[in-house]
Amino acid sequence: MKNAKTFHNGASLPLADIPRMDSHDFLQGIIDATDNGWRLSSLFGIPEGNETTLYAILSYKVGGLLGVASTTVGEAFPSITPLCPQAHLFEREIAEECGVLPQDHPWLKPVRFQRPFVKGKDAWGRKDAEGILPGVTDFFRVEGEEVHEVAVGPVHAGVIEPGHFRFQCHGEHVFHLEISLGYQHRGIEAGAAGGPHPKTLFQMETVAGDTTIGHNQAYCMVLEALSGTGVPAKGEALRGIALELERLANHTGDLGAIAGDVAFLPTASYCGRIRGDFLNMTALLCGSRFGRGLVRPGGTGFDCTRQQVDELLSRIAKARADLTGAVEILWESASSMSRFENTGKVSPETARQLGLVGPAARACGLARDVRHDHPFGIYRMSQIPVVTAQAGDVHSRALVRWLEAQKSLDFLDEQLRQLPGGPHRTEVRSLAGERLAVAMTEGWRGEICHAAITDQAGRFVRYKIVDPSFHNWQGLAMALRDEQISDFPLCNKSFNLSYCGYDL
Amino acid sequence: MTHILIHILLVLLMPPLLLGVIGKTKAFFAGRVGAPYLQPYYDIWKLMRKGSVFSETTTWLFRAGPIVTLSVAVTASLLIPLGNHSAPFSFAGDMILFAYLFGLARFFTVAAALDTGSSFEGMGGAREATFSCLAEPTLFFALVVLARLSGSLSLSTMLTGSITTLWPDSAPSLILLAGSLFIILLAENCRVPFDDPNTHLELTMIHEVMVLDHSGPAFGYILYGAAMKLFVLGAFFLHIAFPFKAGDPFLDWGVFIIAMLLLAVVIGIVESIMARLRMVRIPQILVASTILAAFALVLVLR
Repeated sequence: MKNAKTFHNGASLPLADIPRMDSHDFLQGIIDATDNGWRLSSLFGIPEGNETTLYAILSYKVGGLLGVASTTVGEAFPSITPLCPQAHLFEREIAEECGVLPQDHPWLKPVRFQRPFVKGKDAWGRKDAEGILPGVTDFFRVEGEEVHEVAVGPVHAGVIEPGHFRFQCHGEHVFHLEISLGYQHRGIEAGAAGGPHPKTLFQMETVAGDTTIGHNQAYCMVLEALSGTGVPAKGEALRGIALELERLANHTGDLGAIAGDVAFLPTASYCGRIRGDFLNMTALLCGSRFGRGLVRPGGTGFDCTRQQVDELLSRIAKARADLTGAVEILWESASSMSRFENTGKVSPETARQLGLVGPAARACGLARDVRHDHPFGIYRMSQIPVVTAQAGDVHSRALVRWLEAQKSLDFLDEQLRQLPGGPHRTEVRSLAGERLAVAMTEGWRGEICHAAITDQAGRFVRYKIVDPSFHNWQGLAMALRDEQISDFPLCNKSFNLSYCGYDL
Repeated sequence: MTHILIHILLVLLMPPLLLGVIGKTKAFFAGRVGAPYLQPYYDIWKLMRKGSVFSETTTWLFRAGPIVTLSVAVTASLLIPLGNHSAPFSFAGDMILFAYLFGLARFFTVAAALDTGSSFEGMGGAREATFSCLAEPTLFFALVVLARLSGSLSLSTMLTGSITTLWPDSAPSLILLAGSLFIILLAENCRVPFDDPNTHLELTMIHEVMVLDHSGPAFGYILYGAAMKLFVLGAFFLHIAFPFKAGDPFLDWGVFIIAMLLLAVVIGIVESIMARLRMVRIPQILVASTILAAFALVLVLR
């Protein structure tokens, strides 16, 4: 982005250094940058009186660059979504939160069905007295004599998170899928404003419960960037170990769930158990299977003794053997492969336009991985190879998970054997005022981006979280185009996106 | 009289056990202990004690569905000979009644599903109707082949009398029949690879999605009726694939029970080692089974 201030992942900069452009240059800059291979990692607004300041955080994989720019808009600004589809949800979010209208947005609807930040400043002109019900809005409709609509959720036949899905079908053939979420909006960002509060740390661990480490590491990196704290080597290594254990547990669970959806029992049941083994390894480190309390500002909440390292190494070797066996019978099962291949295809072009992240993007051949492109923590010292697949179908997404799991196992082995000594945590000093900090981590679903802006006293004016699911839900909708409706659960599992990470 | 009593007792008591055995086999392949063999009985008993919820938009059709399904399964079970014993009821042409009894049950299940007005149940009904259209010719080709071979139009004479003696001469056509009937057995009873009875994904199911709105005793009837259908069609399949005669009437009952349990194990193994087919592939497999049965007919007509 021309004239944008560039910096690196996990850094902070004074607000005065952020270029303030006029809105035309700002929006055109985003369009040009995304045309030239930059990604829109975050785009958010802060309402101040009658005006709203918009901040854009863009990322560029070459050189690990992040760029930031800002502008001020009044009641409305021209929508860039038609030219830059990545901005689609960000613009809807800005409309919902700040009451600023992106003009000519092709599909302007609420994202989470929440109240605007500033009372009375509602983009849809809803009164304060009116209740806002999630999912009550317009939906895309296909008209025709033999076209029918299937609505699924928010209450499902299985025990899963609430989400509403609308299919426009012709028999079993899906023309279009529209996904409407927001049922789990808890106001995490609003809760962090004026913080950090003592409870903020615990809220960050539950942004998406299965990505505790990923989100909490990003939050801790923000605090460390704002306070200028350096994390000791052992703390960084332990955080990396925890992040990879989280990835392994979830990738294993996903492979099992994908197998379960095509009724291939052996892999489904074995992976279910092995996922538990990985969760228990995290519990060995900190007493919580999901890693609550492990990552703490300035390092980790727990040390790791020699006995724990030995125990982990032996458990990892055993889990690796089990997982290899369980996954290999899946690849050898012709009936499963015929279900996976050519199901739920997303083209690389679509993936690039929508700005997909994580395994879903890598399955389309896009080599995007924050650990590699914008290295943070231990990944600055020790690289993990980026795995990609080409087809962009369910098979590719499953394959990427398995290959990544293997790389993570190698990484764990290496890190545990050379675990540095010394302290695992340092004190975090007070936060600097009037600064912006951006931290990105690669959670198991993909890029997690946290951005914080502080006031003079070092308190958060705005804390913005972008969960990888925020980028990827639209990818699932596209994967279903021209598919069979009966393949939806399989496609859904192959993405396995977070509802609460999106709803915040 | 004793044998009729044994027939009725077996038909009433044994079907859920088959589901238990299938479940146990699948658990074995998955490395789990699995639910007890008698779990399906507990489940049905649990459902019988529960209350029912009926949507206000449904009519008598919705309530009739489960009752018709169960009574049809019971009636069909009285027409099918078990092992080496004739059925309690038999007359010339009962094979047509047998085949269309299941058609009647299907009509009521689909009608009850459509009665709810739910889009899922409509989809399930459409799938069930499509697939059963394709499965029906196979059953009729099989019945025609058997009628031709045995010279009888009654199931009891057709299935108990002569199949053992027919095997040496008509092996090719009987092998084709056994293959196509096994496919129909799995498809009609909604087993993997056609349908997954364990899934709870409303968009992929066939049979289960049609009964989503049933609860309590009505759902218990459906489970019980489905188990009985598996039992009846399984017994039909065994007549052709395993026409073993012990000679002693009581030993024959023992052989039949063991053969049924083995069949359940085989179904469990198929379910453990195969993934579900993509839904667009199901019609192809069903047509293939019809072709197998048609060839069997060609072979006996020559």
